[in-house]
Amino acid sequence: MSDVSALEHKQSKWSMVGKDAYAMPLEDIDLSHPGIWQANEYLPFLERLRKEDPIHFCKESAVGSYWSVMKYNDIIEVDTKPDIYSSEPSIGIVDTFYDLNLPSFIAMDRPKHDDQRRIVQPVVAPANLKNLEVLIRERVCKILASLPIKEEFDWVQLVSIELTTQMLATLFDFPFEDRYKLTYWSDMTTAISGGGVEQSREERLAAIEECLAYFTRLWNERVNAKPGFDLVSMLAHGQATRNMPPDEFLGNLILLIVGGNDTTRNSISGGVVALNENPTEYGKLRNDVSLIPNMVSEIIRWQTPLAYMRRTVIQDTELGGKKIKAGDKVIMWYVSGNRDEEVIERPNDFWIDRPNARHHLSFGFGIHRCMGNRLAEMQLRILWEEIMQRFQFVEIVGEPQRVYSSFIKGYTHLPVVLHPKD
Amino acid sequence: MVDIVFIDHDGAEQKVEARTGSTVMLAAVTNGVPGIDADCGGSCSCATCHVFVHEDWIEKVGEMNPTEEAMLSLNPDRKTNSRLSCQIPVSEELNGLIVTTPEFQF
Repeated sequence: MSDVSALEHKQSKWSMVGKDAYAMPLEDIDLSHPGIWQANEYLPFLERLRKEDPIHFCKESAVGSYWSVMKYNDIIEVDTKPDIYSSEPSIGIVDTFYDLNLPSFIAMDRPKHDDQRRIVQPVVAPANLKNLEVLIRERVCKILASLPIKEEFDWVQLVSIELTTQMLATLFDFPFEDRYKLTYWSDMTTAISGGGVEQSREERLAAIEECLAYFTRLWNERVNAKPGFDLVSMLAHGQATRNMPPDEFLGNLILLIVGGNDTTRNSISGGVVALNENPTEYGKLRNDVSLIPNMVSEIIRWQTPLAYMRRTVIQDTELGGKKIKAGDKVIMWYVSGNRDEEVIERPNDFWIDRPNARHHLSFGFGIHRCMGNRLAEMQLRILWEEIMQRFQFVEIVGEPQRVYSSFIKGYTHLPVVLHPKD
Repeated sequence: MVDIVFIDHDGAEQKVEARTGSTVMLAAVTNGVPGIDADCGGSCSCATCHVFVHEDWIEKVGEMNPTEEAMLSLNPDRKTNSRLSCQIPVSEELNGLIVTTPEFQF
């Protein structure tokens, strides 16, 4: 990131960086601004809202007015009433997907959502994942074998991004040598100006065009071939998707790219951060690697790689005693529900043998629940199994750099040194 | 108390006692029956407590509500006797109920 743009954002009148969450008027709390997320200062704000105003209305922000839903059970209520809380036109806090208007099934209601999702769901069905496990393990081993030893490197680049990008290339049956394009396109669509990833709107639009052209070529190849078991072929042959207009094709592609990329990437980095901050838990893991599957769920809760999902109310309703009007935006802060003291014991502790660790909000609930959840869990499980075979300690040796976003909760840079097992 | 038999995808049987007024999902979870994740804790919103109901019991377990139907309809493993076990209340009429757990939960 360029220092100038970072500074400008920190000085934005909307930023809450450096402010005391408990000293400001409740109504001034605005979680939508990326500043406190990048600065890792968000927790006290979430805690205060959960305690004092769990259904909170922010009247004014850089992205307009919106409701924040802070508590676990209220979030489940919103997520399970899609007929009141619509996913259209967008699941991001702004109406367009970071200023591009691309329809995709995550931002559609029934029945179209269901029809399109059903087409691609089988690729991440557990039965298919079982077949992918050997391949994923091979790739994980290869990546881990290529890492520098006792020498600083960026875990985000060499492990988190590399592994998720390879996985995406497999799911799309995307030419392996061009796989870095997937990461680039993903970053280009999710980056907010000033986040340091993209240079300009023009460059971003050019990237999106390149993405569409590339996938259109793959589509044309596959639509005339026998149906295959990759996402492009599934979309090209699926009854509910084969006649999609180009913007919808692109929208769904980007959904699948971002969904499979930014999320797991940041849980991969987040696990390293969590274990470094909690050495006792790291010790437990060294003593008993059978805790890995449970730890994976705990990492996904603790990290919450997507901080929220947005809904839009389509009929006047009431939530937690507050009257919400048709047209209002409602943000379900999964990251806050995952720290809800009334539902989750010692919620701020990272606890690898936590009972009921699967009981978290990171995948959402209801008909829009993450469809790649089992794939994500499997990738993380295999990665940690193989890390523990090889390394005594993945040591963080510098300050982690976080993403400038209130939506994607993750890391841009994580300097580590590897200490092999004796 | 009511007896419920869980059969896993390999055919292994486990009989558990369930309290009336509870649910088939809770009977599985509290008795450590493998193959039921129940991530959402029973709010019919994750579809990870999917079971197949034995044909003799399909009418006795009652009808699905639209939410359960919506959740199940997105599951490629769904069959005509699929149910979400958190949506089956345990009653005296279900004494002896037989359900099979799938190989995988979504």
